[in-house]
Amino acid sequence: MKTQREHRAYAAVQAARATTKIPIQTLIDDLVTDFFPLHGDRTGGDDPALIGGIGQLGDLPITIVGIQKGATTQENIARHFGSALPEGYRKALRLMKEAAKFRRPVLALINTPGAFPDKHSEDFGQGEAIARCLLEGMQLPTPILSVIVGEGGSGGALALACGDEVWMFQHSTYAILSPEGYASIMWKDATRAPEAAAKLGLTPKELLAEHIVDRVVTEVANADQAQDLAKAIHARLTGLLALSPEDLLARRHARYRHF
Amino acid sequence: MLQPKFTPPTAAELKKRRQAIPDRLAQRCPVCGKTFFRFQAGRCMTCPGCGYALRITARKRVKLLFDTFAETHADITVPDRFTDPAYRAKIAQAEKKTKLKESVLTGWATIADQRFAAGIMDPFFIMGSLGSATGEKITRLFEDATKAHAPVVLFTASGGARMQEGIVSLMQMAKVSQAVAAHSAAGLLYITVLCDPTTGGVTASFAQQGDIILAEPHALVGFAGRRVIEQTIHAQLPADFQRAETVLEHGFIDAIVPRDQQKTVLARLLRWHQPAPAKAVTSA
Repeated sequence: MKTQREHRAYAAVQAARATTKIPIQTLIDDLVTDFFPLHGDRTGGDDPALIGGIGQLGDLPITIVGIQKGATTQENIARHFGSALPEGYRKALRLMKEAAKFRRPVLALINTPGAFPDKHSEDFGQGEAIARCLLEGMQLPTPILSVIVGEGGSGGALALACGDEVWMFQHSTYAILSPEGYASIMWKDATRAPEAAAKLGLTPKELLAEHIVDRVVTEVANADQAQDLAKAIHARLTGLLALSPEDLLARRHARYRHF
Repeated sequence: MLQPKFTPPTAAELKKRRQAIPDRLAQRCPVCGKTFFRFQAGRCMTCPGCGYALRITARKRVKLLFDTFAETHADITVPDRFTDPAYRAKIAQAEKKTKLKESVLTGWATIADQRFAAGIMDPFFIMGSLGSATGEKITRLFEDATKAHAPVVLFTASGGARMQEGIVSLMQMAKVSQAVAAHSAAGLLYITVLCDPTTGGVTASFAQQGDIILAEPHALVGFAGRRVIEQTIHAQLPADFQRAETVLEHGFIDAIVPRDQQKTVLARLLRWHQPAPAKAVTSA
């Protein structure tokens, strides 16, 4: 028997995974104008799961990095079901560093079940790629705002969610592991996912209470609805840009130090 | 009547004999499969067949490697807000097994008169998983070292994030990473020694952030678990997958150092990176 809490938690997981969820590329096009995609990690790869580029948000040019799932099966295979490769994390870090050089703010848009678990990723240093995002990305002296749009899974999401603020869509989740993975590790039974979902505390409301995230934003499904979000992001990035790099980093440091 | 040549022992006698045999006298190497007597593993606890460095407790490693050791932050333990009885029972069991209150032991150590901040993760404390108190101890290890202008040597052995503590465990990766960055920005040396196993969130943060990354022979080093990967790619993985030697070949480890050579190697590396007095750091 599912308790009401388990039912609610698992419904949240399903909503975050819904195929009707706005694709990251569409969201980017709705949020900014003149988006110009930038490719490659400069070490020999370009991960299709990781979209990066520069766009105009009001009066601000901003760098965007996003992890994108596919809309069709074919696209999903190409994008590893929204799980980035080491090349993806290296590309994201490269673009974030470039943004910092020009003191351009960074917007990270996240919809990923986690970093891609395959042999190639292990051999090419998935762990090292994420570790470097944390070590170097967290020290970049430019505003970094992350928005979890759908699923925020594990270290693969954290790599792009370790900046100044983390926001969540109303129907999104953020957790240490997928409920199926958690149930499989803790109880060797993946079918107990709803129970795991309740235990993980992965809903925006719970995470806001724990100060893991800073704001929950209304779901965006179309270009019209994206305008409010664009305004909110613009206001927050402008506010963060007003801080000196020292104050920005001190504030960021304090945010993570208390965990 | 003739005396029987052999009198079978009674059940009671057999039991007594069995009890006289010490437990865990022999053991099987999980890497090469060789069965050996424990004394054959020697003081360094190394498989006589393949050289695999067997898992050891943090306290044992301290005794094996350091000339002196003064523990710090010994009282930091799992916060009271985690009340799940099954988790609490696991913690109690781990404390008994490891004589630690969290999965990492931290302190000030010396090897050949070289002083450094040392962290040793214990694979017998809930698989060395990264709990919030583990993250706090490692963060303080780096903060203390930065303040004292000292190098850090960290032995990692961990199954990754601690599932029982949820998202707060994930946040430790970020918390420790910024302490590592501050230590690095001060021009100080950070050496990691990857021990069996170093996986998940620990690999994806401080284990792979060292200036110099060493590993023990045949240590398992990776991010995702073997089972998860095999399910994703629907294929069996080779036996040497995620072994330190394979990871070295791919360029993510500087050197593999057998346990009996670690003291010499660490002493040499530390000597080459002796921190300059704080004032002399800025170049003219």
